[in-house]
Amino acid sequence: MTTTLAPPPPAASTKEEQPRSAPAPSRHTGRKLLVVLVLWLVAWAVLRGKQTLALANADTTGLHEWFNGIRDKVQLLGQDNWFFHGVLGTVASALDSFVGAVQAHVSTVVPGDWVGWFGVLALAMWLTYTLAGLRSTVLVTAVLLFLGVAGLWTDGLDTLIVTLVAVVICIVIGLPLGIAMSRSRRTSAIVTPALDVMQTMPSFAYLTPIALFFGIGPACAIVLTLIYALPPLVRITEHGLNSVAENTVEAGRSLGVTKGQLLRQVQLPMAKRTIVVGINQCTMAALSMATIAALVNGPGLGKPVIAALQTLNVGAASVAGLGIVLIAIMLDRTTTAASERSAPGGQRVAAVGSPGVFGGRTLVLEKLPRWATEDTGRGSAARMRLTPGGRRLVLGLILLPALVGAFYSTRYLQLSQFPDLSGVPVLNEITAGPLSTHINDLTDAVVNALTGVTNGFKNFVTSVMLNPLQSVMSDLPWWVMALVLLAVAYLLGGWRPAAVTVACEAVILGTGLWYDAMVTLTMTLVATIIVMLVAVVLGVAMGRGRRTDTVIRPFLDGFQTIPAFVYLVPALALFAATRFTAIMAAVAYAVPIATKLVADGVRGVAPTTVEAARSTGITRWQMISKVQLPMAREALVLATNQGLLYVLSMVVIGGMVGGGSLGYLIVQGFVQGQLFGKGLAAGIAITALGIMLDRIARYAAARYGR
Amino acid sequence: MTRAPHHDPRTAADEREALSMPRGILRLPLVAGAAALALGLAACGGGNIDQSGSSGSGTAGGAKCGALRIAVNPWTGYVSNAHVIGYVAKTKLGCTVTYPDVKEEVGWQGMASGSIDTIVENWGHADLTKKYIDEQKTVVDAGLTGNQGIIGWYVPPWMAEKYPDITDWQNLNKYADLFKTSESGGKGQLLDGDPSYVTNDEALVTNLKLNYKVVTGGSEAALITSFRQAEKNKTPLLAYFYDPQWFFSEVKLVKVNLPKYTEGCDADPKKVACDYPPYALNKLMSKKFADSGSPAVGLIQKFQWTNDDQNAVSEMIANQNMTPDDAAKKWVDENPDKVAAWLS
Repeated sequence: MTTTLAPPPPAASTKEEQPRSAPAPSRHTGRKLLVVLVLWLVAWAVLRGKQTLALANADTTGLHEWFNGIRDKVQLLGQDNWFFHGVLGTVASALDSFVGAVQAHVSTVVPGDWVGWFGVLALAMWLTYTLAGLRSTVLVTAVLLFLGVAGLWTDGLDTLIVTLVAVVICIVIGLPLGIAMSRSRRTSAIVTPALDVMQTMPSFAYLTPIALFFGIGPACAIVLTLIYALPPLVRITEHGLNSVAENTVEAGRSLGVTKGQLLRQVQLPMAKRTIVVGINQCTMAALSMATIAALVNGPGLGKPVIAALQTLNVGAASVAGLGIVLIAIMLDRTTTAASERSAPGGQRVAAVGSPGVFGGRTLVLEKLPRWATEDTGRGSAARMRLTPGGRRLVLGLILLPALVGAFYSTRYLQLSQFPDLSGVPVLNEITAGPLSTHINDLTDAVVNALTGVTNGFKNFVTSVMLNPLQSVMSDLPWWVMALVLLAVAYLLGGWRPAAVTVACEAVILGTGLWYDAMVTLTMTLVATIIVMLVAVVLGVAMGRGRRTDTVIRPFLDGFQTIPAFVYLVPALALFAATRFTAIMAAVAYAVPIATKLVADGVRGVAPTTVEAARSTGITRWQMISKVQLPMAREALVLATNQGLLYVLSMVVIGGMVGGGSLGYLIVQGFVQGQLFGKGLAAGIAITALGIMLDRIARYAAARYGR
Repeated sequence: MTRAPHHDPRTAADEREALSMPRGILRLPLVAGAAALALGLAACGGGNIDQSGSSGSGTAGGAKCGALRIAVNPWTGYVSNAHVIGYVAKTKLGCTVTYPDVKEEVGWQGMASGSIDTIVENWGHADLTKKYIDEQKTVVDAGLTGNQGIIGWYVPPWMAEKYPDITDWQNLNKYADLFKTSESGGKGQLLDGDPSYVTNDEALVTNLKLNYKVVTGGSEAALITSFRQAEKNKTPLLAYFYDPQWFFSEVKLVKVNLPKYTEGCDADPKKVACDYPPYALNKLMSKKFADSGSPAVGLIQKFQWTNDDQNAVSEMIANQNMTPDDAAKKWVDENPDKVAAWLS
């Protein structure tokens, strides 16, 4: 979706109880914050190390044990309880057998039994051509062939199957929900917090409970994917319907149409493009769950990624990760092209903006590179138009060879199972083996060249920034830190975020993991600072120079889509298992979104303003620091907010590379039975932390962002 | 990667029964005709349609095997066990083997609910044993794997060479300064790691009065990468690790001897001051599978090999980039006697 987030104002205008009349920033806020800081440091100096609520790794609290008890009960009941067995069990078996059946006909085909790879390819080409045009067809063909040559045919198609099934279910649930939310404020107020939790809660935290309810396998993978992919669709649908111009709706109403007619004939058609964006984002989110899904035996490309991680084979993990990235590009571009085709001529809603400043990850509307998305529709529009009848005739005619191909693929082994090309010159370079060897060699070279430098950098940041900050935030009585957070929330955002802060602090305290939460908070803040430093530098460069943008953007896209597991091992080799590594993993994940937002903000500064400033003869540096950055302040605030939430969503991965604290507890709870409850509590604590930070940032943004 | 079988060549009765199971992994073809075909073939029994393509090297035994679902836990040693057993079951018994990837706890759950038949390398798990074997009786023990699980503190070989007395825990404090890192707050760092294992390390450090801090690495990858870097760059490292582990065939880590383990010295987790007990790794089966009469039941019960055997297969998978099935085939071809003993 290349809806360049042109000036992000629409973001703030989503009706997520954004403070409408933000009080003007008090001039004394800065001074008051300083007072808080001084009091805080004094308290830290005096009360250091007391009442920190630190909990040893293997210790649990009553709440954790209580969660364990519930788990045990569910497990015991699972066999014959009407709900778990009857309802969830039936849903699970139905999903499992459905996916199994599709797999048997598309990906894991017994030769001679059903169409083989060649048939699947031919039919996919025909379908893409019908729906999305020639360029998309070329792309689909290239991606599918790459999957085949790289030996990822079965896994790649499995990923496609699981993703598409999940998206279809998302649409069935999400569209009505979004419509209901746009029509009733109360529904919206009830559902929105649930969506917040779904997006903020780390997937590891609910992995075990879901596996408990749905058993392992495709069903569980699909449910996991649903939880993560549904919110963007619902939010964007609601946003789309709400942003249909008021006077249009009014006009409709004045003609005396019923509510249903209004919805069907005015709102839905006008919001169609936005809803398609929602579906597109839903698809991307679903795809990003591919690796996690593999942990519960979900079929797909996550499996080779996880398998490669076990043997620390970066190359093999990268090849599978590349498969996921390519599928993302393929789906994104094809759905975009298809939607542009189906849109009635002239009705082109441009930027939709971000679907809400909030929402765990706004799943950037602008996730994929320009070259991968934009011009598809243009290409098809420029073609000669056929009459509907003629078009049908042409499509019918080209269906014939596709069917013939499909038929032959049931007859010949070579067309049924993707041939092994490792013996063929040139092509063998991109089969899994050699390709992963190249990547491994490259990684080794980079790691060897950089280890010395990176270690110095790590030690510097850790001792100058991380250790002092962590000490100040966690090595003191919990109530001091709680008061500090409360004061900051109040001073920056007013009483509303302060109220949220109190509630979230109570939850964190209740989980018994206050100390760990504060350590996690420290790492989150340090990571966010680094993210913003990088994002501002890169974003300004990209915003000012189109060429820089074209060069950098594909890398950003790659980092956003590739599973974090892939770069975990090189990160470990470079920085060892430390908190800093965890921070770097989070930075790698959050920089792309923040950079893109900054770049769009800088680009969005009115050219007249820039021109006027230039005429006064200021230097380039002055232009950036005095004009472009201040004018893009809103984008900066948005980028910080998003960067922060993205960082937080990587806490679990961070726990696996030395981050410790909440992230580690979640992973541990997932694999160790007796620590299940503690892991779940850690998941809740992260969610509370996320909601708290988001609200503070959002209200502060509303005050200072304009 | 593993390919899911197209048809479950179970008996038709099994199919019906499985349908009523809550979470059975069923792959019913959508098209009615294909479904009928599948059931028809399944009813014939033992027809190994999954092996098309190759000419089928199976010397299928008399008894029919059917589907065998071996859980695969996420470490390479386990993968070796699973694929060697799976390879033998497939080629010698004609089973249709699938390898669901799951974490340990989830694997136990799967056996209880009937979506998994067996776990072929189990590390203790007293709590799960109690719950599923003693209380629920949904899982049964299937004998030892022959592997000795050793958990402990290890240093890279260069350190053991340079500081020979480091392998005695009483000298650890002497070297604590070497192990200082950005994470350990002035003390020596003991890198802990894999979240799947219960460790006593925090208690050990306290009770043995060691000037060390336990730092969580967070994953097996973190531990192995750290050891690899430590040996290559000759940097100090003390970390929790375990054998059997393919990494031993790459870097021969040296174990630090903690006070000797005696029966019951680890009874109170807070007061532990002794080494980890040696684990006799075992295999597990779901009760239902054990009663099914499949010939694979006997194979799994009789399967036994040594740590060296396992590390050899793991090394092929991890370092030589072989697929688990290829590695299993190579080992099975080279060790016909051992395999024959499992099938007797």
